[in-house]
Amino acid sequence: MIQESKYEVVRGKVITRTFLMFTFFFLLSLILLAVRFTKGLGAVTNLSDGYPWGIWIAYDVVVGSALGCGGYALAILIYILNKREFSPLMRSALLTSALGYTMAGFAVIIDLGRYWNVYGFALPNRWNLSSVLFEVAVCIMTYTLILWIELTPVIAEKTGWNRKKLEKIVMVAAVIGLILPTMHQSSLGSIQIISLKKLNPLWHSGFLPLFFLSSVILMGYAVASAESLLSSLYFKRPFEMNLLKKLSIYMVYIGFGWIILRFIELIFWGKISLVFTQGFYSFMFWLEVALFFIPSYMLWKYRSQLSPRKIFVFSIIYLFAGAIYRFNVYLIGWNPGSNWVYFPSMSETLITIGIVSFEFMIYLIFVKTFPVLPAKEV
Amino acid sequence: MKEKPKNPDRREFLKKGMAAAVGAALFPGAVLASEEENSEEWYSMLYDSTKCIGCKSCSVACKRVNHLPPELEKDGIHDDAIDLSAKTKTIIKLYKSDDGRSAFVKRQCMHCLDPACVSACPVSAMRKDRTTGIVYWNGNRCIGCRYCMVACPFEVPKFEWDKPIPHIVKCDLCKDTYLKEKGITACADVCPTGAIIFGKRGDLLIEAKMRIKKNPERYNPVIYGEYDGGGTSVMYLASKGVSFQELGFPRLEKSPAEISESIQHGIYESLVPPFLALGALYFLLKPEKKEGKNDSGK
Amino acid sequence: MNRFGYVPGLSEEITRRDFIKLLTIAAATMGLPVGFVKKLEAAVKSPTRPPVIWLHFQECTGCTESLLRTSNPAFAKLILDIISLDYHETIMAAAGSQAEEVLQHMINKHAGKFICVVEGSIPTKDGGIYCQIGGKKAVDIMKEVAQKASAIVAIGNCASFGGVQSVEPNPTGAVGVMEVIKDKPLINVPGCPPNPYNILSTLLYVLTFKKIPELDEYRRPKFAYGRRIHDHCPRRAHFDAGRFVEHYGDKGHRLGWCLYKMGCKGPVTYANCPTTQFNDVGVWPIGIGHPCIGCTQPKVGFHLPVKLKVKPQEVVPPEQFPPITVKEGKATIAGVAAVSAALGAAAGAAGVIASRLPDKEERNHEGKTKES
Repeated sequence: MIQESKYEVVRGKVITRTFLMFTFFFLLSLILLAVRFTKGLGAVTNLSDGYPWGIWIAYDVVVGSALGCGGYALAILIYILNKREFSPLMRSALLTSALGYTMAGFAVIIDLGRYWNVYGFALPNRWNLSSVLFEVAVCIMTYTLILWIELTPVIAEKTGWNRKKLEKIVMVAAVIGLILPTMHQSSLGSIQIISLKKLNPLWHSGFLPLFFLSSVILMGYAVASAESLLSSLYFKRPFEMNLLKKLSIYMVYIGFGWIILRFIELIFWGKISLVFTQGFYSFMFWLEVALFFIPSYMLWKYRSQLSPRKIFVFSIIYLFAGAIYRFNVYLIGWNPGSNWVYFPSMSETLITIGIVSFEFMIYLIFVKTFPVLPAKEV
Repeated sequence: MKEKPKNPDRREFLKKGMAAAVGAALFPGAVLASEEENSEEWYSMLYDSTKCIGCKSCSVACKRVNHLPPELEKDGIHDDAIDLSAKTKTIIKLYKSDDGRSAFVKRQCMHCLDPACVSACPVSAMRKDRTTGIVYWNGNRCIGCRYCMVACPFEVPKFEWDKPIPHIVKCDLCKDTYLKEKGITACADVCPTGAIIFGKRGDLLIEAKMRIKKNPERYNPVIYGEYDGGGTSVMYLASKGVSFQELGFPRLEKSPAEISESIQHGIYESLVPPFLALGALYFLLKPEKKEGKNDSGK
Repeated sequence: MNRFGYVPGLSEEITRRDFIKLLTIAAATMGLPVGFVKKLEAAVKSPTRPPVIWLHFQECTGCTESLLRTSNPAFAKLILDIISLDYHETIMAAAGSQAEEVLQHMINKHAGKFICVVEGSIPTKDGGIYCQIGGKKAVDIMKEVAQKASAIVAIGNCASFGGVQSVEPNPTGAVGVMEVIKDKPLINVPGCPPNPYNILSTLLYVLTFKKIPELDEYRRPKFAYGRRIHDHCPRRAHFDAGRFVEHYGDKGHRLGWCLYKMGCKGPVTYANCPTTQFNDVGVWPIGIGHPCIGCTQPKVGFHLPVKLKVKPQEVVPPEQFPPITVKEGKATIAGVAAVSAALGAAAGAAGVIASRLPDKEERNHEGKTKES
């Protein structure tokens, strides 16, 4: 499946100035993590009994895994809609997905208060099948594994493993890899259904899973586009403009569809007046809608004259839009009572930065060791 | 490029996808059949705000019996609890309105009939005992994800933020301490005015209704917890003219667990709408896609 | 030695030292600054001693007895010295019709000038026939004297609120003076008995300032009855901590814990007992391990069983309870800075990258080559 396109290893030294900068932030976060694991979560975070989930869940896990959905979003195009031409983007998208999900997994372990009990997910007598989080956790764990299995051909090309056997495994993995994100990315929205009154009615909805799923596909295409442009620029390779232009049209469809769906939901449940009456929350709602609308409108307007810069900028705005929506649901619109406040602490933020830096470090090592990026010439 | 293998490939892919979808649907769908338990027999407490004098005996007894540490300021000075916390399982709060009305209210775990925390916990560390109705926490299972805290509409489960080996702390009706020895919760036992009484839920409901009937001018006609949040084992009576929302209780028609589970099961039991959506998309876009593919494929 | 430095029995004369001390205590009771002691002294030493008519109705004379038999003899002497007690059934020498003549004579002689002190409740049932003195009904005596009095001071719970006689079924229809006399300035100094210092202070106040002190809704001087016993109780800490006496003589009782569960009426009773105390040796009911019975409070003392628990009246609820919602959670400036920096860096990096990307379409031909 994946071998249809040609890929190559990026040449160049692994250790560069950028790489060292990431290393610095990663080491810094390791020191803070030592504090977290010896003194407890309260020592480094601003989490409280009112805000049990903070930036580590909202950004590292929810947004992080959404940014890791490039592989999933492309897989829908390539396998379900049979748009084979997108397969050159697949490998690097798979790699960012695998990294994104692995880092989300790390963040979860850091965030878990009693991480040593995680083995409980392997004991069926502890499974709580009515828990949305159970489904999300199991799916994310499995999917992370699947992503790395899907990447094995990359390593096989380098090491010369038996590719015939691998291909069968990868095939099954790809099938499961299409189902799992559908389940858990929608369920990341379902998680907040149980919050009921704690989540502002502008966001609380039975359609949370649908909003999350549709926006994650949009974010997947956006991240795949941005990443393709970025690696082309960074590794001095040609831009895949043909593919990216098609992708941006899909993004426009989903972007507009998402906004329409959002308003239909608000109107249908009689909550439409809230978009003006909730003060700060209304502002955040409009910011979110604007961030979805602006790139959709601009990409549509310039659909015939899209440049790499335009695609990059609007893809990034889409990513911000999806991130803001997730922050709204998990932190900003989530309020256990007007008396509670939360804003991430410096240590908390630095640990997040450290995790992201580590992700970049692995990516840089990986593309310079294994054939991930599309080959320049046939 | 090879053209032939593509279609069989895809067919096979979709076939497997459907199979996996069915499996996935069966998996979360295999929910424990909720047995029809007799909630009237469950251990329960009735708190009568009109009788409470705010003496805090209950909080003191709770700390003593359950070996809870004192609330300390940053500088190590002992201070009164201001809210439920990992060190305080029950607390007396005071409602004061601008027009001079005031009422005490005792906060603690409500021991919901359909608890959101139990529904939320991924590893079944929060459980509801099916004979006593007590909602309790099992430290051997808990992974510390704090989804119970996110889910609880009453803000009850609390987390030990300052410990490397943290616990989730909440009232368990003195399950392993006072209830075991004396057959009653410590707070109900020490209450000097009988503002909090312990018993079976059915009996306490009758008692509460009787009090309201006898003194309709004294009581708010609603028993909070009779139906709120799907019903709770800890129920509340308030003075006439004081609403439960003023006392800090959310207005809940249904239990959050019920709403969440109905949507989640709705999605998976009716055979995966995401897959139907993807399938529909596939058939809709099929002709258009074939043209597009010919361009790039050949 | 008692707490005032006076050794009983040493002297019947009031030394100047004792005199000033007593006035100082009285001034303190009234909440007056030290400078007022001089004013009080001037009023006390005034050659014109104000006439007082002291009436007794349905009562036990306990108020008079407690006043006269304080462990400080100077005390009663002072009161008797500063006023001209023209009629007092317990201590006057005259008796019978002779005594009644004195009464008639005095109320006419001092009409409009004398203070009427009343001890004991007044029966009203069946025309008030249950208490008569010299063939005259108590109600009639009261009305007759009150008509000519300048002010009335009702001493003790009986005169103030009806006392033990007025408890259900109240066979004599006993009421306090204020139920009978409505048109005269009236001060209640309730208690069973009232603290002698409260009687002294009230009289001194009226003499010194020629007016009635500030009164509460039950006409009690606010300086003595303005605060709740519960709020000044030395055992309050035990109440707040939930440590209660469960039985007389139990561990908590011996350790001096809160008597609330024993039926203490402190939470609904207003008086200065916890601070002024009795007998000049620092004792009072709660201090010796007995719950307050609420003798200064209408419808509480004698009306409610001693063991009955009362619900504290919180006219203004205390502040030490946490409100329903408390400001909680953490947000730090350093965190805001870190997040802003991270966001800024991300946006900046995106901006830099965008600026390096070509904004023209030509470049996409290179991309196209790979497709073929």
